[in-house]
Parts: sequence; structure tokens; C-alpha cells
Amino acid sequence: MKSPKFGIVVYPGSNCDHDAYYAVKKQLGFDADFLWHKEKDLKNSDVIILPGGFSYGDYLRTGAVARFSPIMDKVFNFAETGGIVIGICNGFQILLESNLLPGCMIQNETLKFICRDVYLKVETKSSIFSSDIKKDILRIPVAHGEGNYYADENTLSELNANSQILFRYSSETGDTGKLFNPNGSLENIAGILNKRGNILGMMPHPERACDNSLRNTDGESIFYSVVKSFNY
Amino acid sequence: MIEPLVTLESALEHGLTEEEYSWIINKLGRAPNFTELGVYSVMWSEHCSYKNSIALLKTLPKDGGRVLVGAGEENAGLIDIGDGLAVCFKIESHNHPSAVEPYQGAATGVGGILRDIFTMGARPIAALNSLRFGNLDDPRTKYLFEGVVKGIGDYGNCFGVPTVAGEVYFDESYKGNPLVNAMAVGIVKTNQTATATAKGAGNPVMIVGSSTGRDGIHGATFASEEISAKSEAKRPSVQVGDPFTEKLLLEATLEIIKEDIIIGIQDMGAAGIACSTSEMSARGKSGMKIDLQHVPLRESGMTSYEIMLSESQERMLVVAKKEHEADVKKIFDKWDLNCETIGYVTDENILEIDYYGERKATLDADHLVLGGGAPVYYRETKKPEYLDKKHSFNFQKIPQAESIENTFFKVFSSLNIVSKQWVYEQYDSMVRTNTVVGPGCDAAVIRIKDTDKALAVKTDCNGRYVFLNPRRGAMIAVAESARNVVCSGGVPLGVTNCLNFGNPYKPEVYWTFKEAVEGMAEACRILQTPVTGGNVSFYNESPESSVYPTPTIGMVGLIEKPSHITESYFRNSGDSVYLLGTDKEELGGSEYLKVIHGLVEGNSPGIDLLLEKQLQDTLFNLIREGLIQSAHDITEGGILCALAECCIIRNNSMTGAKVNIPVGTREDFSFFSESQTRVIVSVSQEKKKDFEKFVSASGFPFILLGITGGDSLDINDRYSFRLEELADIYFNTISGIMNVKV
Repeated sequence: MKSPKFGIVVYPGSNCDHDAYYAVKKQLGFDADFLWHKEKDLKNSDVIILPGGFSYGDYLRTGAVARFSPIMDKVFNFAETGGIVIGICNGFQILLESNLLPGCMIQNETLKFICRDVYLKVETKSSIFSSDIKKDILRIPVAHGEGNYYADENTLSELNANSQILFRYSSETGDTGKLFNPNGSLENIAGILNKRGNILGMMPHPERACDNSLRNTDGESIFYSVVKSFNY
Repeated sequence: MIEPLVTLESALEHGLTEEEYSWIINKLGRAPNFTELGVYSVMWSEHCSYKNSIALLKTLPKDGGRVLVGAGEENAGLIDIGDGLAVCFKIESHNHPSAVEPYQGAATGVGGILRDIFTMGARPIAALNSLRFGNLDDPRTKYLFEGVVKGIGDYGNCFGVPTVAGEVYFDESYKGNPLVNAMAVGIVKTNQTATATAKGAGNPVMIVGSSTGRDGIHGATFASEEISAKSEAKRPSVQVGDPFTEKLLLEATLEIIKEDIIIGIQDMGAAGIACSTSEMSARGKSGMKIDLQHVPLRESGMTSYEIMLSESQERMLVVAKKEHEADVKKIFDKWDLNCETIGYVTDENILEIDYYGERKATLDADHLVLGGGAPVYYRETKKPEYLDKKHSFNFQKIPQAESIENTFFKVFSSLNIVSKQWVYEQYDSMVRTNTVVGPGCDAAVIRIKDTDKALAVKTDCNGRYVFLNPRRGAMIAVAESARNVVCSGGVPLGVTNCLNFGNPYKPEVYWTFKEAVEGMAEACRILQTPVTGGNVSFYNESPESSVYPTPTIGMVGLIEKPSHITESYFRNSGDSVYLLGTDKEELGGSEYLKVIHGLVEGNSPGIDLLLEKQLQDTLFNLIREGLIQSAHDITEGGILCALAECCIIRNNSMTGAKVNIPVGTREDFSFFSESQTRVIVSVSQEKKKDFEKFVSASGFPFILLGITGGDSLDINDRYSFRLEELADIYFNTISGIMNVKV
């Protein structure tokens, strides 16, 4: 199997950069490298990961400053030409601030940070991020203060119509009721794609669920799906 | 700027005593100027000098086979864990700032303890805490609780350290003076540690990180007096945290240490530049010549006094190797942090401080610091009168519980027993992907990547026990935290302590302190857990109350193999449930007595440390032999609450049990007794024989309680509790109080 190279962008306040690197390189065995935010070189990466954390402290809006960092021009070009980009948590927030994905993120309904395992209903398996996911429901942790996804009605119906909603918060059995929504996001949205399908933003942390010794490997299949897309 | 003239009066206002002021004059051969007085007052404050505690602290055992850096030598202790790695850990209080400004007080408490760890060259891998509040029916307590939890969460979450374990107690004694103790644990390669020393004349002294403002001036002095009605006015003494800058500081600091381009580094916490320059100089038997003009400031018009005493956060003092000054600057530049050379090291033991061409202070570094010229006091002690009265309490007078069911529900609903899920879900407990067992079990387990090893970590103290019997209470805190570590599959390695007490000038308080320290020393010796450092917080008193003496223990243990990791909940149906240990119907200071009868009476439970050691050795061997499925120690709320927890802690897959609890003189006593040195274990049927053989051979007392299975906890064929109902109480009580629907 051909291994694409994962490039993990390191903003000064990224704190899940090493977790993503460890998951992709050490646990799953794919090629990976860090991309420092002040550089302007994607080092021939095939997949870009914008990791979780607090890119520039996020004292303004989460992700609001990160879109202006030097490396982002390259990331924008990469994405526009169909390159695969995964934004996890803060990375998702940055993708929204950069208008690479539609909608925005507001504070959790409880106004509190939330860290726990949640269940995700996989809404489509025809995306490059989900084609190798075997289960219908994944257990993956969330850890965020601003994961309450919001978009206007038009955007929302477009997301639904184009199958751009990849993950919704659900129960262990796939019930996507309000009760299983950890942050108040519209329609229990946990992860979305751009229209073209090459960009994924998700609040839950798949890189935290790739390791048997942490007793959860449900996140692996997202990365495997991406790798699979390079082998057909 | 003309500085105020220094008189005895101004010295007293600065918190120095008349005697201390005369020592300063004798040493200097003159009266200090205003800046010098400021430096002396913070350096000789209780917070920096430990003047009323150090003599007793020195009696704590601080050596052991694995200790690399012992108590008091550096910013934090270091213990060897093999594979070329060491673990570095420390706990510290931020009680007074949190009482006034809970969010920033708690946040900067976390920031300060993290800096203590990475200034040693260690990367923080886990944060813990130990929190005490009044009762949640008081609106201000709710505000403090909410603010402290958010402050801890926001700081650690942004910094990127998982907050993995802790404890939260509620008792009216803490109402006016909450306790906020923060602990951090880090890992470092043994050949890449840093030291807080200044050496080598001409080596540049650099200030790095945040700029310096007026925040936190006299924070150390504020921490060294009682909370009063005037405390609210001290809000400016509370520092403001910036976890993002701290994260940058972490990365830059670890880089300069790894590159081997510095001589020494110390974080700036209490007493800022004053403390870091004098302590680093004293440790290296050197001096420094400093020009404050080069310190990056965030406010204009600051005086030398203010710059020396500022407690602005996220700063470090670095002594670089002369030839690498530019390399250090380059690394801080990469992380967009200030890095300014403010002076250089000298051969004489003198601190010379200039500001815009004027000499502002000339001080002997050694005379300022703990272990040097700072005062050391033995205070007067007197046994408090309440103790004998408490100890002679007649338990037979307590009315029998009318309904065991209702009594149990009430005790089990106690805020001190129910799950702190509402708290720990606000902490990122998983970042860095090392958390094998997160919050909610006996101890948290953090694996160490690229090795087979893991650390088990826990904080613990029952202030009520210490109030009733300071010596035993402190012993129990050590024993229980060690027991928690063993229950998780670890061997206890060492202890850090945070000693929260009242005003040491009160003889009763000092007696209590002395007893607690002696008890702790004995327990640490027998359980072979040296004390690698910690913190003393006196003056935990407010006009309303004096807090229970609370010597919090932070315990770190080593787990050698992944297969040793053990959790507290029942894993499977059909396993046998055993009790290791025996009950002695001890209700003194129990949750039962407090919740059901509104009493804090009697003596704390007894503790036989040799028996405790035997339990822990036996339990560890059982785990190593793979003979048990789960282990949970019996603490507040007694055996009934512990069994309930075993059934429901794994919330998404609960396992009931049917057990027979031996009853002594009374059911309520036996069910809610808090006798120490007891653990509930579950054992699979195939291992049952081996288990019994093994424990019998060890000579440690044990009995078969029953068997796991079903969706209820059934007791003595008389009482049955549905797990759903127990789980609802356990997981939703605190959120029910705190989550106000808008």
C-alpha cells in the first residue's frame, strides 16, 4: 500500500500536533512530518492536518489569528487544487475562520469546556475520509470549549443536500437526539466536508483513538480511509 | 524618583518583625533603602523563606534509592524510573489568590507549578489538584467552585497538559478560605536536567517570557497573612495567567536546556526577580549585577521596587553560557518571546541592582534566602483543648438508623462521595495521548511512550481526620494515596506535600502542624516514599472560620508493565468479591457521622502502618501475579459506598454484586465505618483458588464477600439497590446543583 505523506501544521499554541504525529507515524506507520507555521513549505505533503490546540492562544475567536500565519497561503493553494486537508478541533475552527468550510463555531451551550468520549454516527461512507470505516458508530473523544457548530439555514440545507455532513453526535446505537449532543451544535453536527469533498473539519479527536493501549482504536479508520484514497 | 524613607514602621508594614528588621540593619551596617526593604520583606515572608516550617520539614525522609534530586535542592524533586528517565513532580498551594479571585488564582496556581516542572528540563505530562470549598448551598462558594474549576481547566487545556486526577471536598470549615492545591508531573531524560544555579563570572543573566507589570506585587506577602475583610482590596495582588505564553515558554525552555547552552534557569513565581536572582546566586555561591532598565515592562513609570517584586507570570530567569547568548536569543525569537540580557554573574556573593544609572540595591544574596540568612523559627506549641473532648465522644449514644436504605442514599449523595464528573469533564484529561486511566478511578495512570512503563498518580487528604488527630490524619493521607497507587498497579515512588494550616503564631496551630509533619514522616519512612518537596501554606484562616488542617499528599507510583494496570470497577459477572483487611467499626470523623448526625466527633480511624505496608505489598503481588480483576480501597462512606462505586464507576457497562458484609455491633456502624487498610478486590473463578492460597500464605486477613453480576447491589439478603438509581445519584448530583438552566 502506498503511503501518502502527512504534513502536520504546528502553530505556536498547537498541543495535539504531537498526538497526531504519533498516531499517524508511530501507531499507523505512515510517513509524517511537522510543518512550522512560520515556514512556507509543505514539504511535499500529500495530506495536511491542522491539529488541535489553541493556535495563537485563541483569546480572540478560536482560530481567528491562525488563518493569517505564513504557512496558510500554501495550505489554501493546496486545498484549492484538491489537496486533502483534515482540521481537528482547533483545526476545524481554523478551517471555518479561513472559509475553507462553511459555518462558524460558537461557545458550547453549557459555556463550559467538555472532555469526554462521544459516539459519532457516520452519515456517509462515500467520502475519502470514511470509505474504509467499517462501523456505523464510532466512539471518539471530544475536548473543546467552542464546538457549538452554527450555520444559516441555506448553508445547512446545502450541507445536507450534498452529503457534506460526515459525523453527527449520537448515542451508542445511533440516536442523534438532543440528549447526545455535547455542545449544542446544530443538527448534532460533529464533522463536515467542503463541497468538493477534499476538506474535513471535525471537533472530535480521532488521533486520540488510534492506540490499543489507550483502549480505543475507532479513530484509525478515518486515517485508513484517507490512505486508501491514494491507492485506487 | 524619590523613594520613601525606610523606618521601623515601614518595615513592620511590610510584614517584618522588629527583630528581623534589626537583623537586616546589622547585616547591612545601615538601614535598607526602600527597594532593599521590599526585597527583604518578600524573601523573608513565610511563603519564600519557610521560616516557621523549615526546621520541622527537615525531619521528613527525603532520601531513597531512586531519588536523584531531593527536597529543597532545586525547584522540584527528581526520581529515577529507569530507561534513562526521571519523573519530576511537585504540589503547590494558591489558596489566598483563589479566595479573592478564583479564576485567575487557580489558573496561575497551575501555571506556577507547571513552570516548576519544566524549569527542571522536564516536559509536564500530567496535572492534578486538590480542592476544598465550603458548602454548595452558599452562593459565594458556588462562585468560587465554578471559578476555580474553570481557571484550572482553561490554563491546563490551553497549555496542553492533561489534568488527570484530583480530589474535591466540601466542608463549611473551608468557606472563607478555600484550598486550591495544584500538582504537576513531568518526565525528563536523566542527562538533560537543568539546575537553578548562577555560576561563572561574566555569564549573561537573561529575563525571558512575558513582560513585567505591576500585577502580583506582594503576592508572597499576601499569602503570608490571614484572609480578612480587607483581602478583597488585595485583588491586584493576584496575578493574571496567560497559558498560551506559558506553552511557548515551555517549548523554548526545553529547547535551550536540550541544546546545552545555559548554566541555569529558574522560574519566576513568588517575589519575581527578587527571588530568582537571589536564589540562583546563593545556590551558585555567586553574585549578579543587574540593570533593571533592560527588563521589558508592560507599564510605564514602574519603580525599581515594583520591578523587583512584580509577580507577573510566565517569566524565567536564565543564566546563559557566555558564548551562547545569541543562540539563546535565537530560540526565544523563534517562539516570539522576550529575551533580554539584564546583567551578568559576578564572583562576589552580592546582588547589585541598578536602574537608570542609580544603584537601587546592594544585597548579600545568601542573607536573603532560605538555608542562608533567612530566619528560622521554632514556634510555641500547645495541644488544642478540643481534642480530648472529641476523643471521649460516646458513640453508643448515636441513635440507630431507622432505615439503612435511606441512610445509605443520604451518605452516598454526599458531595464528598459522589463523582466529580462535573469538574473533571471541564479538564482536558487526554491530550498528549498517554492517559490510560483518567479521572474517576483510584489513581490516574499515564503511560510513558516508548517504554513499557506507566505512572500512577493521586492526591489525597481527609482534613476531618487531621482535625481530630493530626498525627494519624497525616499518616492516613500518606497511606491512602499510596494505597490508591497500589490499587492501580503501581509501586509508590515518592511524595510531594502541600501543608495547608492556620496561623503558625497560634500555639495550637503549630502543635497541629508539628504533629502532622511527624506523622507524615513516620508514614513516609514505613511506606518507603521519600518526600521530594512541596509547599507550606500557613494563615489559612478567615474571620468566619479556620480551615481544617489539611496536609495534602501528592503521590507518584511506577507501573512496570501494562498488564499491571488495574481499575477499581467490577469487570465481569461471576467474579468473586473479597475484602482484604478487617473492620473495626470506626466512625470518628466519618462521612456517616457528619451527613446523618451532623457531627464531627471521636478520633480519626486508627492506622497501623506496618499492616498497611503488608496490605500494599500483598496487593501489589496479587496484581503482579495476575490474580485479581479489580481493586478499590475503602475510604469515606465505608464499605457500602465503596461497593457501590465498584458496581457503577464504569458508567457505560455497570456490573452489580450480591454480597454479605459482616456486621459487628450495629449494621449502620459496620456499613459506614471508615477503618483503614481495607481494599475490595474481584477475582475470576479460575483464579479463585490461587488467590486464596496466595493471600493465606501472606498472612493478611481477608474474607469472601460475595459475587458480581446483575443490575443491582444486594446486601446481606436484606437490602437491594438498583444500579441505575445509584449511578444517577453518583454522576448527576453535582451537575444538578451547578447547572442552572437558563
